[in-house]
Amino acid sequence: MSVLVYISTQAGRATNAGLEVASYASALDSGEVVALVSGDISGDGGLGAVGVSKVLHCADALTDNSQQSKLTKEAALAIGAKIVVFSGNSIGNAVAPRVAISMNAGYVAGATSLPEGKTYVRSVFSGKATAHVQVTTETSVISVTPNSFGIKNTGGPEAAVEAYSADVGVARVTFNGFTPTSSEGTVPLPEAVRVVSAGRGLKGPENWEIVEDLAKALGASTACSRPVGDMGWRPHHEHVGQTGITIRPDLYIACGISGAIQHLAGVNQSKVIVVINTDPEAPFFKAADYGIVGDVFEVLPKLTAAINAL
Amino acid sequence: MTSYLCHPKKYILDYIYLSMKLLVCISKAPDTTSRIAFTDGDKRFDESGVQFIVNPYDEWYALVRAIELVEQNGGSVTTITVGDATCDPIVRKALAIGASDAVRIDAVPTDSSQVARLIANYAQDQGYDIILGGKETIDNNSSAVPAMIAECLDLPYVALVTKLEMSGDEATLIAETTGGTNNLSVKGAFVMSATKGIAEQRIPNMRGIMSARTKQLQVVEDSSVEVSTHVDVFKLPAPKGDCVLVDADNPEELVRVLREEAKII
Ligand SMILES: Cc1cc2nc3c(=O)[nH]c(=O)nc-3n(C[C@H](O)[C@H](O)[C@H](O)COP(=O)(O)OP(=O)(O)OC[C@H]3O[C@@H](n4cnc5c(N)ncnc54)[C@H](O)[C@@H]3O)c2cc1C
Ligand SMILES: Nc1ncnc2c1ncn2[C@@H]1O[C@H](COP(=O)(O)O)[C@@H](O)[C@H]1O
Repeated sequence: MSVLVYISTQAGRATNAGLEVASYASALDSGEVVALVSGDISGDGGLGAVGVSKVLHCADALTDNSQQSKLTKEAALAIGAKIVVFSGNSIGNAVAPRVAISMNAGYVAGATSLPEGKTYVRSVFSGKATAHVQVTTETSVISVTPNSFGIKNTGGPEAAVEAYSADVGVARVTFNGFTPTSSEGTVPLPEAVRVVSAGRGLKGPENWEIVEDLAKALGASTACSRPVGDMGWRPHHEHVGQTGITIRPDLYIACGISGAIQHLAGVNQSKVIVVINTDPEAPFFKAADYGIVGDVFEVLPKLTAAINAL
Repeated sequence: MTSYLCHPKKYILDYIYLSMKLLVCISKAPDTTSRIAFTDGDKRFDESGVQFIVNPYDEWYALVRAIELVEQNGGSVTTITVGDATCDPIVRKALAIGASDAVRIDAVPTDSSQVARLIANYAQDQGYDIILGGKETIDNNSSAVPAMIAECLDLPYVALVTKLEMSGDEATLIAETTGGTNNLSVKGAFVMSATKGIAEQRIPNMRGIMSARTKQLQVVEDSSVEVSTHVDVFKLPAPKGDCVLVDADNPEELVRVLREEAKII
């Protein structure tokens, strides 16, 4: 038995999302863990240390999900994998369902923990419930919700890297370029471990410095509520919630956000929620672990100073 | 300015060429403020008293952009829904917003591959130019069905589209991805999922609502598809403990609890 895990790399190393799913795949304890990498890799990309024993390396950086899906299916068949694991990020969400169909395999989207037998827990109803989903086919395709499992260093030896290729046909979606939304060096919001988020309580875009200062002190990414994105105070890609991005950081600090149900849908799976709001009746306090009833303009600079003093 | 009247042949060719045949996948979803509860030994969502809406991504984004494209280029927008007759009100709403006609596959789906295979079975010889879905359903949150339809039909797939323009049979798209956006193009038929940015919500007007009543809603039976997963049980999250309040004048205390109790910084 073996497990195939699909890995994205950046500058030759597995991304954090990749290291996380590789950790998940090894913790499944279902046999040898083989990583599939399409694109750039140097050495084993850091994958041996999280439990991968072999890397199948396809030198072409495939960008078309139908090609990525064919490559994955062929690799899974070649090694006889009964479980294929992806990160539930934008690439995994496009490739994994295709692989499930082509392999006639049951698909679990966004597992948040290790399975019991073939039953996986995933979040449904926008974080308001969980479903315990059992795969009834021989082969399972699983995507893992980013930041739900973490990177677990097993201290394993360097993985063997083998060149791999398969007939994946031609790219039918033409790639004409990438425009980064996050500035160089910052973590993409869905992968951020800490997030400082602010809403209409900040009164205007000119006041975001105190939010950014706190984020910087914490090494956190910044996010915002929908009206703030809609009014153009902050870029759209920072908007979290039901119609924006869903995040699951270890720490979510909400500043001047009321905590409407549609906002909570995107953040209620955060491990620890801190709310700072002048209104003690703000609904967000009901979803919070820690709260300060107070004015962001006074609290945030003090909080930033207290963190910088650590 | 060259007038098309001087080029009757070109006009006809362009018209035939651009006339688009679009299929939009529309799911029924509980209104966001619904109370979430389960029944049948917690194996099924309790629909009693729940107000249903068109899944927001399907309505605001996929459907509206499809209607706009047909308004510009001619053609038709068909909606397709896998569900029982309780879906008909939301299908009528899509028709009122401007879809041309609707198909409902009469089944109560329990997994995404079942939905996708049923839609693919229906769509396979219909010659749609684009099959559009939403980014995700707000009840299943799988972001899986459109990708699965693409695989069933061996079509290209573009996820998380925030901009879609057509010129002839070539689509140019902007799609969200981790850390940024991709500029993409596709020639010929494809499947996509739509998200915020591609279109603005439309409110149906009186004429739309009236004409929706007479538009065709075709009900299709198909029992050929098997499921590959099933839900053992649904659970509600354990209630959060009370929020610990820290004095506004003492943020050092917040830093201390985050450090020592939550062990998070
Ligand atoms: C279908 C649908 C989908 C939606 N999707 C989303 C979504 O994805 N994401 C999202 O965020 N919203 C979404 N919304 C909107 C949502 O319902 C709320 O309107 C929105 O989240 C409110 O944003 P806010 O908290 O920034 O603003 P407000 O509700 O105006 O709250 C501002 C808060 O700041 C506090 N405040 C004011 N001054 C200060 C101060 N000086 N210091 C501290 N606190 C202060 C106030 O007490 C208040 O609680 C959606 C709505 C609908 C209908
Ligand atoms: N029962 C259904 N009927 C029609 N379309 C659906 C159905 N379920 C999901 N879809 C489509 O697939 C998209 C993604 O759904 P999901 O994979 O459940 O997150 C939705 O936004 C819809 O466009």
